[in-house]
Amino acid sequence: MDQGLDRGDVALSRFAVGEPKLKDSGMALWLFPLLFLLVFFFLPMASIMAVMFSRADSIDLGQIWRPLGFTVGQAVLSTLLTLVTGLPAAFVFSRFHFPGKSFMRTLTMLPFILPTVVTAAGFNALLGPRGWINLALMDLLETSIPPVTFLNTFTAILVAHIFYNIAIVIRVVGSAWAQLDPRLEQSAQVLGASPSRSFIEVTLPLLKRPILASALLVFLFDFTSFGVVLMLGGPSFATLEVSIYTQALSLLNLRMAGILTLLQLACTIGITIFYSKVSSNQSIPLFPRLQGEGTQLPRTWMQKVIVLIVMLFLFLLQVLPLGALAARSIARMEADRGERGDVQAGVTLDFYQELFINRQQSYFYVPPVRAMINSLFYAGVTMVISTMAGTMLAYAFVRKPAIKRWLDALIMLPFGASAVTLGLGFIVTFNRPPIEAGTFPLLVPIAHSLIAMPFVMRTVQPAISSIPESLRESAAVLGASPQKVWWHVEMPIIRRALIAGAIFSFTISLGEFGATSFISSPKNPTLPIAIYRYLSQPGAMNYGQAMAMATILIIVCGVSVWLLEKLQSEKRAGV
Amino acid sequence: MKTRLIFLVLFFLLLTSCAPKSSPPTLTVMTHDSFAVSEDVVKAFETQNNVSLIFIKSGDTGTMLNRAVLTKDSPQADVLYGVDNTFLSRAIKEEIFEPYTSPLLVNVANNFKENLDGMVTPINFGDVCINYDKKYFISHNLAIPQTLNDLLKSEYGSSASGAPLLVVENPATSSPGLAFLLATIAEFGEEGYLEFWRGLKSNGVVVVNDWDTAYYTNFSASSGKGLQPMVVSYATSPAAEVIYASSPLTESPTASILGVNTCFRQIEYAGILKGTKNLTMAQKFIDFMLDVQFQEDLPLQMFMYPVNQNASLPSEFEKYAQAAENPAVLDPALISEKRDQWIKDWTEVMLP
Repeated sequence: MDQGLDRGDVALSRFAVGEPKLKDSGMALWLFPLLFLLVFFFLPMASIMAVMFSRADSIDLGQIWRPLGFTVGQAVLSTLLTLVTGLPAAFVFSRFHFPGKSFMRTLTMLPFILPTVVTAAGFNALLGPRGWINLALMDLLETSIPPVTFLNTFTAILVAHIFYNIAIVIRVVGSAWAQLDPRLEQSAQVLGASPSRSFIEVTLPLLKRPILASALLVFLFDFTSFGVVLMLGGPSFATLEVSIYTQALSLLNLRMAGILTLLQLACTIGITIFYSKVSSNQSIPLFPRLQGEGTQLPRTWMQKVIVLIVMLFLFLLQVLPLGALAARSIARMEADRGERGDVQAGVTLDFYQELFINRQQSYFYVPPVRAMINSLFYAGVTMVISTMAGTMLAYAFVRKPAIKRWLDALIMLPFGASAVTLGLGFIVTFNRPPIEAGTFPLLVPIAHSLIAMPFVMRTVQPAISSIPESLRESAAVLGASPQKVWWHVEMPIIRRALIAGAIFSFTISLGEFGATSFISSPKNPTLPIAIYRYLSQPGAMNYGQAMAMATILIIVCGVSVWLLEKLQSEKRAGV
Repeated sequence: MKTRLIFLVLFFLLLTSCAPKSSPPTLTVMTHDSFAVSEDVVKAFETQNNVSLIFIKSGDTGTMLNRAVLTKDSPQADVLYGVDNTFLSRAIKEEIFEPYTSPLLVNVANNFKENLDGMVTPINFGDVCINYDKKYFISHNLAIPQTLNDLLKSEYGSSASGAPLLVVENPATSSPGLAFLLATIAEFGEEGYLEFWRGLKSNGVVVVNDWDTAYYTNFSASSGKGLQPMVVSYATSPAAEVIYASSPLTESPTASILGVNTCFRQIEYAGILKGTKNLTMAQKFIDFMLDVQFQEDLPLQMFMYPVNQNASLPSEFEKYAQAAENPAVLDPALISEKRDQWIKDWTEVMLP
């Protein structure tokens, strides 16, 4: 990597060598992802829409406004809060190195994978009526009524959204921030600008695109929020997605569900187009920096406090609920002994041991290792498909802005489309060989890739457009073949973003529940499905096993993310 | 190097997962997520008939029924199992079933066979009832409510203890929630049930979206140790608490309220999907599900009761599970006609 950059620094003059080559490959770059979308998104969506609107279900347009208003309102608020809390964290991760940094980085990624049933259980273990915090406060205040009401409130929705999505801001903005030339800010300060002025006038404009990109992704996640609103917000709150679910699957009013789906799609397109308008002025190409350059140990008193506060916040927000959950998986709390309210606890590994026993001789029993392998297999395939397709798209968009104009909003559609409707679309479309929901093993990772692909594209695109054309050209002038240029010049620059995208796609797949439950085969469940199976039956053993399985999911994901990051740093050492 | 290795491994996994399997003829059964069965019961049917069974699970009952309706032109399964009496009329109206009357129906009580039009076969039933935390009622010297009306008394209100005593599920998102709503309609009639819910609301009740939350977050006798000592669950849940206890129990920490009309009886049916190419085998499978082996297996697998009177119950059921003697009953045709309106009206009262 060093060599590539050094060579680039030698000759900066502009030559248009290699330009025709790029144009030739342009079409292939976007054709494959587009075909993928056509077959696996537009076809099922169109089929299910046709079915939905051919039905004679009754329509009540009055039922649209409340969920629409709530959906937009909570998404705006959640996104703002996620940015406010995520940007300082991105700053700390990209500008400082400190003990425990990589550990914390891995940890912030974990909430992203958790299925909502598990997150709800985690927050319940921490903040529920008998959560640790309430138990401690009740003891302290000598009262029998839990002072903190968290579950089934609007606050719970907001906190859960930050919990889930802060990683997006940290990774997307952080990887761009680390890429910025620290000399820019330094020169501004040498020229007399205060640190805050140099931040506002130099750094912030340079980070505009990644900030917007992450805000868009976070917004769309919040906008289509389903499980969080359903399970943590409770019945007083309903987003469009929750309404679609109720209309389609409980009231069986498919026509109404179709109208709500179209509304949600229209909003997604609107948001994406608005985003493209705002971010249309091209980012300034900058010479990318080496990894680690520009990071320092927190030196001043102020810096130390900032790092400490940010880490403490992340610890409270992200580690505590996960820890509370893991603690529940090894805690024995029997419901029949002691007075109500005081919890008799002991440490036990029973729940883990029980996972390996098919006590009821069930036909659908799945050993935890099998569920783990299924999850990892799906996540691996998702990562490969979406990283390849997403990167191709990002290249196509950077090289041919005209394509971006009309393809950009289309690519984002799966991200903002109703998962319930898409799931029904899969069932209507893929119900005969060779592609049959329930038996075709690749349908699950394909569905996951639909959501992960735009994610990778958004993450990688800013990095690609930051590569100065001159760098590529000078390498070519010096005799490097296009492949060589890509591998030695471009790859090292986009690698950080690429790995961030790959990790995201991997974890999106690991934690996905809704689509998987529609189309996976019941003999081959993933970890989230296995967790849900335990949680849908009464009994302390079932609850404990669900917590144990969830802890296994957290560990599997933690190890995977850690390994993927390790891959990145080893590469750097190797070149 | 490492990336290449990962690609190789993935490629290998891809290949192995796509490998063709030589197999006997198959029979496909579409069902909901809660379906469970013992391995040897499946094996028994497979060897008796030289067929291999494939199960497709598609979410909850509503999702499963939608799937069957949406794919009725190219049916994905031969048999559909798990439609219950709250969805039955809709399923029959959509004409997804091939009529079949199993000879084994003679072993099934008449009240399970009403309103079926010969389209579906009852397989099992369960009662949705209020479960209570035994210890709470003992330690607070509180009598167990016996009727739905009792729940309106002030001693079961939040003013007496600081928090509501009952948690119920939202009927728009939860099937036990819907079943309990139907029980109140059966008890108070279409004119009176909303009045009951208004009273319940002012006396204090917690509404959550799904059974998991109600049971594991709010209910005080579950592992979640919540605040509410009463929850809408199943009459078999107390048995499950014993069977799935984390250390052996001699007595269930919970019990069900089994008064007149306090429980709603859910009956689950199996039917042959129109367009099947395995009609004879599908009929055999329906007979098999009604026969004693399957019927005796289902209580501990799904925590439901068998409809076949010759099937004996497992000892845990005899000891800890209770079936309601006078469960609430509503005509499935009325349910299918009014359910949307009922849910809407309920939502306006309870979640304005």
